[in-house]
Amino acid sequence: MDFDYFTQLFLGGLTRGSIYALIALGYTMVYGIIQLINFAHGEIYMIGAFTGLIVSSVLTMMGMPALGVVVMAAMAAVIYSSAYGYTMEKIAYKPLRNAPRLSALISAIGMSLFLQNYVLLAQTSDFLPFPSLIPDFEFWEPYAHMITSPELVILITTFVVMVLLTVLIKFTKIGKAMRATSQDQVMAALLGINVDRIISFTFVVGSATAAIGGILIASHIGQINFYMGFIAGIKAFVAAVLGGIGSIPGAVLGSFVLGWTESFFTGYISSDYEDVFAFIILVVILIFRPAGILGKSETQKV
Amino acid sequence: MKPILEVNNLTMDFGGLRAIDHLNISINKGEIAALIGPNGAGKTTFFNCITGIYTPTGGDVRISRDGKPERINGLKPNVVTRKGLARTFQNIRLFNSMTVLENVMIGCHPVTKTGVLGAIFRTRATRAEEKLIVERSYAILEKIGLDKYVNELAVNLPYGAQRRLEIARAMATDPFLLLLDEPAAGMNPQETLELDELILKIRDEDKISVLLIEHDMKLVMSLSDNIHVVDYGKKIAEGGPEEIRNNPVVIKAYLGEEIDA
Amino acid sequence: MTVNNEIKKSFLASVWFMFLTFPIMVIKVNTVSNTVEWRWMNMVGVGVGAFFLSMLWRYLLVKKEMGGKKEKTDKPGLVQRVLGERKFAVPALVVLGIFTLVFPHLFSMYQTNIMISALIYVMLGLGLNIVVGLAGLLDLGYVAFFAVGAYSYALLNLHYGLTFWIALPLGGLLAGCFGLILGYPVLRLRGDYLAIVTLGFGEIIRLVLENWNEFSYGPSGIANIPKPPLFGLDLSLNQKTIYLFYILVALVIFTIFVINRLQDSRIGRAWIALKDDEIACQAMGIDKAKTKLRAFALGATWAGMGGVIFAAKTTFINPASFTIWESVIILCTVVLGGMGSIVGVISGALLLILLPEYLRDFGEFRMITFGTVLVLMMVFRPGGIVENVRKTYTFKR
Repeated sequence: MDFDYFTQLFLGGLTRGSIYALIALGYTMVYGIIQLINFAHGEIYMIGAFTGLIVSSVLTMMGMPALGVVVMAAMAAVIYSSAYGYTMEKIAYKPLRNAPRLSALISAIGMSLFLQNYVLLAQTSDFLPFPSLIPDFEFWEPYAHMITSPELVILITTFVVMVLLTVLIKFTKIGKAMRATSQDQVMAALLGINVDRIISFTFVVGSATAAIGGILIASHIGQINFYMGFIAGIKAFVAAVLGGIGSIPGAVLGSFVLGWTESFFTGYISSDYEDVFAFIILVVILIFRPAGILGKSETQKV
Repeated sequence: MKPILEVNNLTMDFGGLRAIDHLNISINKGEIAALIGPNGAGKTTFFNCITGIYTPTGGDVRISRDGKPERINGLKPNVVTRKGLARTFQNIRLFNSMTVLENVMIGCHPVTKTGVLGAIFRTRATRAEEKLIVERSYAILEKIGLDKYVNELAVNLPYGAQRRLEIARAMATDPFLLLLDEPAAGMNPQETLELDELILKIRDEDKISVLLIEHDMKLVMSLSDNIHVVDYGKKIAEGGPEEIRNNPVVIKAYLGEEIDA
Repeated sequence: MTVNNEIKKSFLASVWFMFLTFPIMVIKVNTVSNTVEWRWMNMVGVGVGAFFLSMLWRYLLVKKEMGGKKEKTDKPGLVQRVLGERKFAVPALVVLGIFTLVFPHLFSMYQTNIMISALIYVMLGLGLNIVVGLAGLLDLGYVAFFAVGAYSYALLNLHYGLTFWIALPLGGLLAGCFGLILGYPVLRLRGDYLAIVTLGFGEIIRLVLENWNEFSYGPSGIANIPKPPLFGLDLSLNQKTIYLFYILVALVIFTIFVINRLQDSRIGRAWIALKDDEIACQAMGIDKAKTKLRAFALGATWAGMGGVIFAAKTTFINPASFTIWESVIILCTVVLGGMGSIVGVISGALLLILLPEYLRDFGEFRMITFGTVLVLMMVFRPGGIVENVRKTYTFKR
C-alpha cells in the first residue's frame, strides 16, 4: 500500500471531518435543547458563505488589504449567520414549541426551502467563484505536499472552536443554563432560567460555528451556490447522528468518522457513489443504533 | 381453582435501579384485586411489565384464560391484549382526534379482522363486521354511561368521563382481566361512587376480573376481595381489606417510621 | 399606548429585517467584471414589507392564542357542510363532473397538459395523505416510489415492450413492494428519525439511478416512452393527451373511492389511532409494525401508479425529476390542504400546482412560496385549509 497516498487520504478525511464537525455542532446543540432536527441549519451555513463572499468582494474592490478582508468577511459571516439563526428560531420554531414534533420538523423543511430560494432569487443560481482567503504560508512550505496551508488553517480553527465551545458549555453560567434547559425545560424555567433566551443563544452559537465552517469550506473549494447547504447539512446531520445526536463530543467524533470513511471510500473504491455512502451510513445507523456511538438510548415513559 | 394471572419472581431493572424485586402476585377468577403502595413503589411498572410494554428482566408472567396456562412475558403489548389482558393508563391516553364511539371501536380491533382489501371492496363480511363493531361499541358506552357523548371528540370530555372512556375502550378488546391504573384519580366523590358501582358491574355482569392500582383507600377497601401492597418493588403484604387495614407493616410503609415510632 | 407600542415593535422588526437582508438583497457582486450592483430599492421594499407583515404576524399569533383557549370543536367547516347536504352536494358534483368531461375540449392542449400535471399531484397527494395524514408517518422519500413507478414503465417498455395498461398495476405493485422492503426496517423508528431515514432512502434511490448507467441510463434518462394506447387506434398527439387526461380523472376518482372507504374502516381507524398515541394503540391490540407497513406500502403503490402516468405524460424521464424537493412539494400539498382530509388534499394540490402555472410571472417564486406555505401553515393552521372531520353515527333508540 502506498503510504503517502494513505496519509493524504487520512489528512483529507480529517479536513472534511472538521468542516462537518463545525456544522454538526449546530445540529446537535439545537437537538439537545429542543429535540428538533433543524433542517434549515445547512442553509445558515450557506448564508454564511454568501455573506462572506459578498463582503470580501466589496472590500477587496474598495482596496482593503487582504488580512483586513479576511477578518471582516469572517466577522460579517458569523454575525449574519447568527442573526439568521436567531430570526429563524423566532419565526418558524418558537410558535411551535408546544406543537407535535413533526409540525416543527415540517416548519424546518419549509424554512430550508425558503432560505435556499431566497438566496437563489436575490443572488443567483450559478456557481460563484469564491476567493481563496487563506494564503499559502511560507513557513509551511516543506509540509505543504501533505497538507496545504488552508487545510492547516481549517484544522486549527476547528480545534479552537471546539475548545471554546467546550469551555462555554462546561464552565460558564450560560453553559450551565443550557445544560439545565436541555434536561428539563419546565424545571429550568422554574429555577429562573430564561428558557427563550437560552434557546435563542443556542441557535446563535450553532449558527456562528456553521458560518465559520461555511467560510472555510467555500475558500477551500473555491466556489459556492445556493444549494451547497443542503448536502453539507445532510452530511453534518449524518455525522451528528453517527456520534449520538445531542452529544457535542459525539458530533465531533461522528464528523471525523464520516470524513475518514468518505475519504477512504472515494480514494480506494469509487467516487461515483460518494454521496450515496453518507446516506447509507445514515440509514444503517438509524436502524441499528439510533442512539449513535456516544448517545444514550432512552426508555420511553408510559 | 387455578389463578387466571400468576406472576412469579417478577423483576425489572432500569440500569442499576431495581424497580420491581421478585414480586409474586396471583389473581383468581372473578376477583377484584388491588395493587397499592406509596408513590414510586413500582405499581405502574408492574402493569407495564405484564402488558408487554416493558420486557421484565426476570421472572414469569402466566395467564390462563380457559384453564390452559400460558407464559406471556416478552410478548408485544398488542399480543398480550389479544390474549385477554386489557389496561387503562394512569395519564389518560385516549385517541384525542377521534370521537368517543371511535375510541371504543378501536378497542374492537383485536376481535375483528377486516383487512385492506375487505375495506376497499366493502364486502358483505366487512359490512356485517362494521355493523357489529358499532353496535358493540355503543352497547359498551351505554353500560359505562357515556352514550350521550357518542359523537363528541374524546379530548372534549370532562376528566371523569375520559377515565371511564378508557375503561370502555379496554372492555371492547374482550378481556378476561382488566388492569385499571388509578381509575379514580381526579374524580370527585360522586364520580368515585359511580366508578365503584361500575367496577362491580363489570365483574358481576361481564365476568371480567379486575386488578386496580388506586390511591383512594375508601374505594380500594370497599371494592377489593384481595389487596397486594408493594413498596420499593417488593411485596410487603397481601390480604383482605380488614387484614391490610390493620397490618403494621403497611401502616409503616404509608406513614413513615417517625410517626409509627 | 398600545398602538404606539405596536408601531414601535413593527418599526424595530422593519429595521431588523433591513439589516438582516442587507448583504443578500442589496449587494450583488459580479465576480467576473469585478463590479458591484447596489439595489437599494430592495431594502426599501423589505423595510416597508417587514413593517406591515410583522404587524399582521403578531395579530395572527394573538388571534391563534385566543382561539387555542376555546374548546377544540368538531363542528364541520363550510366545505364539509356543503358536501354533507345532499341537495348541494349532488348538483355540485354533477357540475364538477361535466366540467371535467368537457375540460380538454374547452381549453387548449397546453391547459390540458397543466391539468394532467396537477391531477398527478392530486393522486400523489392523496397517496401521501394515507401515510402522513392518516397514519402520521412523515415520509420524506415519497418521491422514490414515484421514481420506481416511472422507471418500471420506462424500462419494462424499453426492454420487453410492455404497454401502459400492464405497466400501471405492475408499477404500483413494484413500488408497493419497495415500500414493504424499505418500510420494514425503518418503521419502528420514532417520527423525526423516520422522516430523515426515508429522506435518505429517497436520495439513495435517486443517486443510484443517476450513477448506474447500465441499468437506468444515468442522468441522460430514458426517452420515447409511449403514451397509453387505445384499442390499437392511431391517435394524434392531442387525442393521446386527452385520452391520458380521462385516464387520470378515472384514476383520481378511483383513489378518492379507495381512500374514502379506507379511512372509515377498521384499518383507517387503526391508522388514526396510531397517529394519536402509539402506546395506547398497541394496548388496544393493534400491531404497530403491521399497521404502519400497510399505510406505507399503500402510499407507495399510489406513488408508483402516479409514476407510470408521469412517464407516459412526459414520455421522457431522468433522475432530476425525483429529487427530495419533489417529495417536499407533495408534502406541501397535503399540509396545505389539511392532513387526513380528501377534499383538503385535492384543493391543496390543485391550488399549489395550478396557481404558479397560471400566474406566469409567479413561476420563479414557486419554490419560495412552497417553503413559506409550509412554515405558515404549521404556525397558524396546522390542520390545513379543510380540517378533517370525523364520521358521526346516529342511533335511534
